[in-house]
Amino acid sequence: MENPLQVMNLRKEYNDFLLDDISLALERGHIMGLIGPNGAGKTTTIRLLMNMIKKDGGDVRLFGLKYPQDEKAIKNRIGYVGEEPYFYQNRTIRWTEKFVSSFFTGWDSGVFASFVKKFDLPWKKKIKHFSKGMKVKLSFAIALSHHPELLILDEPTSGLDPVVRREILDLLLDLRNKRELSVFLSSHITDDLYRVSDRIAYMVNGRILITEVKDELMARWKRIIFKDGALSPEVETRLMQVEKQLFGSAGITNNYPQLAEALRDGMARGDVKVENVNLDDILISLVNGE
Amino acid sequence: MFILVSHQDPAPLYQQVFDQIVDAITAGLLQEDDKLPSIREVTAELKISEITVKRAYADLEQAGYIYTRPGMGSFVKGINREALRKKKLHSVRMELESLLKSNAKFAIGAADIIRLIKEIEEEQ
Repeated sequence: MENPLQVMNLRKEYNDFLLDDISLALERGHIMGLIGPNGAGKTTTIRLLMNMIKKDGGDVRLFGLKYPQDEKAIKNRIGYVGEEPYFYQNRTIRWTEKFVSSFFTGWDSGVFASFVKKFDLPWKKKIKHFSKGMKVKLSFAIALSHHPELLILDEPTSGLDPVVRREILDLLLDLRNKRELSVFLSSHITDDLYRVSDRIAYMVNGRILITEVKDELMARWKRIIFKDGALSPEVETRLMQVEKQLFGSAGITNNYPQLAEALRDGMARGDVKVENVNLDDILISLVNGE
Repeated sequence: MFILVSHQDPAPLYQQVFDQIVDAITAGLLQEDDKLPSIREVTAELKISEITVKRAYADLEQAGYIYTRPGMGSFVKGINREALRKKKLHSVRMELESLLKSNAKFAIGAADIIRLIKEIEEEQ
C-alpha cells in the first residue's frame, strides 16, 4: 500500500530562505512529529504538503497521489488544522458545519455531532465568543468529520492549557490505535510530540537533520554524568556539550550503544551515571552543531 | 498486564518490554504455548508506539522465546528453563560486581557482603 505521506527532495526558495532536500516518509497508522526552532521551515513544509504554496522542486505524494491534478482526491482523505484556526466570527457551529461540509464528499454529520458533544461545544453560540481552546477543538471536529486517513497539524497545541492539550493528544493516540489514522504534526511543545510520536523529524535551517523512530533516537542520545576524575580524555572527545561542574562533569552522546562499553566500569563503581535526554536537549545539540 | 515501562529508565522502551516478557517466561508466569497480549493491546495499554512493541516482539522471536502464527498472535515457545535461569544468574553476577566495586572504597568486601546476605536469608 502507498504511504499516506512520501516526500522526496522537496525544495522551496525564497529571497532570504531556502528549504532544501526535504525527504520524509510516514507509514499508515503512524504519527510523525516535526521539531525545529523558529524559522526552521516547519510551517513552509506543511504549506507545501497542503499545496497552499508551490514547490520549486522535488516530489510530494499523498497516498501516491500528486498535486495539482489529484488535489480534490487528496483533500478528501486528509484533515488539516493550522496554527490560527480561521472561522466566520459572527456565525455558529451549526452554520459553520453547513458551510465547510460542502467542501468534502465524505462529510459525516453524525461524526461531527459526536465530536461537538465530546468536546462539549455549544451549537448556537457565535464563534467570536469561543475561547482559544474551544476554537482548536472545533478545528479538530471539522478536520476529523470526513473520515480522513491522514491528519496534518501545524502547532495544534500551542497556546492551549495542559488539560485541553492532553485531551487532544489522547484523541490522536486513540484514533491511531483504533482507526490506523496517520498524523504529521509540528510543534514547539516537545513534551507533546514525545508523548504521541512514533517517528521524530528534526528540521534546522531549512533542512531535515534527523528522521528516526523515536525509540531508536532516545536509545542513541543520552546524557552521561561523571564524578570528578571519572571522565577520561578519550571519552571526553566522544561527547558533545561537555560541562565541567564543581564535583564532576556531564556531556551528551548521540551514540550511547557504542560508548557503553567504555563506561561500564565507571558505572559499576557508581562514578558514572546515564540519563535520558529530552527532545529539547537533542534540538539544542543540533542547533549548536550547525 | 505484567509489563510496566518507564520513560525515565535509560533502557530503550523495546528493551524494557523484551526483558519483562523474558522475565515472565523465566519465572514461569508465562508457560509454553501461552498466548502473549497482541501488539495492539500492549500499544494501547502502555500508551507507547506500535513500533516499540513490534520491535520487542520481533527481537523475542529472533531470540527464540516466542513464535508467531499469522492471524492468531504470538505464543511462548518450548523453552529450556534451566538455560534461562543461567542467564538470570549472569545478570545477578553483574549486579554483584557493581555492588563490590561501588563499596570497595569503604573497605566493604566480599566476606562482608556474603555475611549480610546470610543474615538476611536467616531473618526471612
